[in-house]
Amino acid sequence: MSDGVEIIGTGIHPFGRFEDRTVTDMGVAAVSDALADAGNPRIDAAFCGTAYSGVAAGHRVLTQLARTGIPIVDVEAGCASGAAALGLAAGAIRSGERDCVLVFGMEKMPKGMIRSSFFEPWQEQAGLTPAPAYFALRAQRLMREAGLTKDDLAAVVVKNRRNGIDNPNAMFRKPVTAEDVLASRVVCEPLHLWMLCSPNEGAAAVVLRRGDGGTQLRAACLRSHLPGSVLAESTPMAGIDDRDITPPSALAAADAYAIAGLGPDDIDVVECQDTDAARELLAYEELGLCAPGEQAELLRSGAVMLGGRCPVNPSGGLLSKGEPLGASAVGQVVELVHQLEGQAGTRQVDGARTALAHTVGRGANASVVILTR
Amino acid sequence: MIDLLEVDATTGGARLIGGYSPSSGHHHFPLAPVCPYTGADDVERSLLPTTGTLWAWTAVTTPPPGYDGPIPYGFGVVELDEIGLRVVGRLTETDPSALREGQPMHLVAEQIGDVTVWAFTPA
Repeated sequence: MSDGVEIIGTGIHPFGRFEDRTVTDMGVAAVSDALADAGNPRIDAAFCGTAYSGVAAGHRVLTQLARTGIPIVDVEAGCASGAAALGLAAGAIRSGERDCVLVFGMEKMPKGMIRSSFFEPWQEQAGLTPAPAYFALRAQRLMREAGLTKDDLAAVVVKNRRNGIDNPNAMFRKPVTAEDVLASRVVCEPLHLWMLCSPNEGAAAVVLRRGDGGTQLRAACLRSHLPGSVLAESTPMAGIDDRDITPPSALAAADAYAIAGLGPDDIDVVECQDTDAARELLAYEELGLCAPGEQAELLRSGAVMLGGRCPVNPSGGLLSKGEPLGASAVGQVVELVHQLEGQAGTRQVDGARTALAHTVGRGANASVVILTR
Repeated sequence: MIDLLEVDATTGGARLIGGYSPSSGHHHFPLAPVCPYTGADDVERSLLPTTGTLWAWTAVTTPPPGYDGPIPYGFGVVELDEIGLRVVGRLTETDPSALREGQPMHLVAEQIGDVTVWAFTPA
């Protein structure tokens, strides 16, 4: 029996703001597209990544498509929810228990700063929960340790927003200049408004099947933080020290590379978590795309631009697409399947054969997915 | 809500209530049932040093959900003297350009609505 996992269909509902649509509507659109793309196969399980959609959210979608009766499991792992669902689905196929599994992610986020039941009410009242402030502290530290400037942060935004122009599923499709980015208001120094992604709405879906052909899902790995990561996405209330602590994104990357039998130098295209511009630069190091502290060199070399050696966020990233938590990681995979199949249009990375998707967020949860063709 | 701070009724001086595990040699804050680093169950209640140096800082300019206190407010990480523990929390300085890396800081208690919370102020 084959132990490979093929991706045989993809579907996506654009990411943005859709006042007249429910999260179920968006899930139905993405799932029905993915099922049609896969040739409407019989699916024997479904995993739905979502954080804000409530009880049995996946069931509500599959009820509308007459696809119930199978096990349907909602999966919450913060910003990595969709990748966690993907990992469970791939595991179910590799174990021999399932042959064809649907994975989807969907979200309809409130506007503005993300509110999370992760925190106790008193922590909110005391002002200890502002996500952008934690991002800012991490950005300041990275800038200090890697010799990065605000101009480098702006360059990431300019790159990703440029890429997003050609992505019909992105929320922001207008180019920006570094001057525009630096002229936007400071949310939490050193982060300006346009350096931060917008929580929003959307859905994405893929169909997985046992098999050794086509686009292969080689690894979908999820890890959490180790004790001590003071600025990791665990958002500790206080009191921990991260000297010599490996971050969860690096743990997930090491797992995924080992399982796929590949290394960072083998990867042709990357979609990574650019919640803020500095987060993308930190991911370069965590994913092994550059040595620690060499982000500036990698960015300025052009290697991460479309046309470079390893383009990062050709979709436009979260800075262009926005971040619907549960849909985010599955959306990355949809983009990368299009890249590997040569269907990414003007965003196409020529000859891409290997692709990596990365998410990290509350928990902390970090995921790395590797695809090959 | 767990006990985070011990405030002296006479002087108003505040101490953070943390923990120490003799077997791991690590301090932590807030006080946890086991050592967050090793899981050891030998945690002792420990009042932490009240001074430290500034390690990272910013200011929050938009109220986060559920927060009704003053805006802007400082936010940062202070590395405590003697034990090296890094503590995340409020800063009394609201202008990031007025602060510098390694600046000496000390602990104060701040009242935000009904909540008494730790904060650091330039020494």
